[in-house]
Amino acid sequence: MATRYDRAITVFSPDGHLFQVEYAQEAVKKGSTAVGIRGKDIVVLGVEKKSVAKLQEERTVRKICALDEHVCMYIFFNLFMFVQPFDISRVECQSHRLTVEDPVTVEYITRYIATLKQRYTQSNGRRPFGISALIVGFDDDGTPRLYQTDPSGTYHAWKANAIGRSAKTVREFLEKNYTDEAIAGDNETIKLAIKALLEVVQSGGKNIELAVIRRNQPLKILEAKEIETLVAEIEKEKEEEAEKKKQKKST
Amino acid sequence: MEYLIGIQGPDFVLVAADNVAANSILQMKHDADKMFKLSEKILLLCVGEAGDTAQFAEYIQKNVQLYKMRNGYELSPSAAANFTRKNLADYLRSRTPYHVNLLLAGYDDTDGPGLYYMDYLSALAKAPFAAHGYGLRKRFILNLPSFTVRVIDKEGIHDLETLTSGPK
Repeated sequence: MATRYDRAITVFSPDGHLFQVEYAQEAVKKGSTAVGIRGKDIVVLGVEKKSVAKLQEERTVRKICALDEHVCMYIFFNLFMFVQPFDISRVECQSHRLTVEDPVTVEYITRYIATLKQRYTQSNGRRPFGISALIVGFDDDGTPRLYQTDPSGTYHAWKANAIGRSAKTVREFLEKNYTDEAIAGDNETIKLAIKALLEVVQSGGKNIELAVIRRNQPLKILEAKEIETLVAEIEKEKEEEAEKKKQKKST
Repeated sequence: MEYLIGIQGPDFVLVAADNVAANSILQMKHDADKMFKLSEKILLLCVGEAGDTAQFAEYIQKNVQLYKMRNGYELSPSAAANFTRKNLADYLRSRTPYHVNLLLAGYDDTDGPGLYYMDYLSALAKAPFAAHGYGLRKRFILNLPSFTVRVIDKEGIHDLETLTSGPK
């Protein structure tokens, strides 16, 4: 019976569902996995890179973008046009600076994007943005922030979160491994993000794109070499852990 | 009476602006900064109608920043100057023209230093040296007491010592 109530966005079904919005949320679950982690002095966004065709130029596929000097956003999108939310957010960041002479807080810009998405779930003739976004950055007072929005227009703050295909697995990994020790330093936080992605990404470091923002520094996208180095470190640590366990067993 | 001056050197641009914000015959501020940082290597110096100056300059400033966010790199000084001129020209024939006189100074990594003169009628000229107003010391009935001085080179914008007239 769902089919009778899922054509138009503005129609509730008898059991209280807005099917178009739920379908949009399903669309989001099909995308490549992304993870966001809020550290003490650093915020990290890691994305599973889709392998590009041989003749395709890799750098034209960018899903992590800076919104302003202190805030960046990753958008999962599948087939739909995604440039609009980026651009609208960028304009809003500068407009906010012009009118109140202060940079946006991460929560403000998240709320702005979420409100935009919500509007599309309540007007006729439009369909919802099939987009979930992870927004990370630092507020003016130095607090690190991580927010997630989904197609229905709601948003929540997270300490660490994942969206996309294997989000559940990654989130479980994070729930077990997000400890104060794990985020004690910048490097540790980055490694935690890589470890979380390695749980679900097939071919290791080559398919991971990582962006970090440190307090008072602009967005930095890590190069493939840096990621390889960190992956190698993680592998080494894993081996050392395994060795220790073996030794414990034998004694 | 407000004063702006810019001088282009071989690998730098030197700019100075006076520090007085006046209301008829009264000095409201003696430490006003009339330079607006458009990007890491571009300064916009702006004088004219009170209110119009900050309003217009800040609007240009935020739009130059927006360009940087959208495209991942900064506008060149000549592009910024032409953008500014276009905006001024569009407003000129509207009901709300901006009455501002500008100097735009910048350093382009490929073309080197550049100084652009713009007036309230939206004329734009690239020049090796330019000024707005009267900055004379000896033969002028008024004396502007102090000037902010900055230089732009390939490293960016640097503050130099504030120049003051009067006993040191």
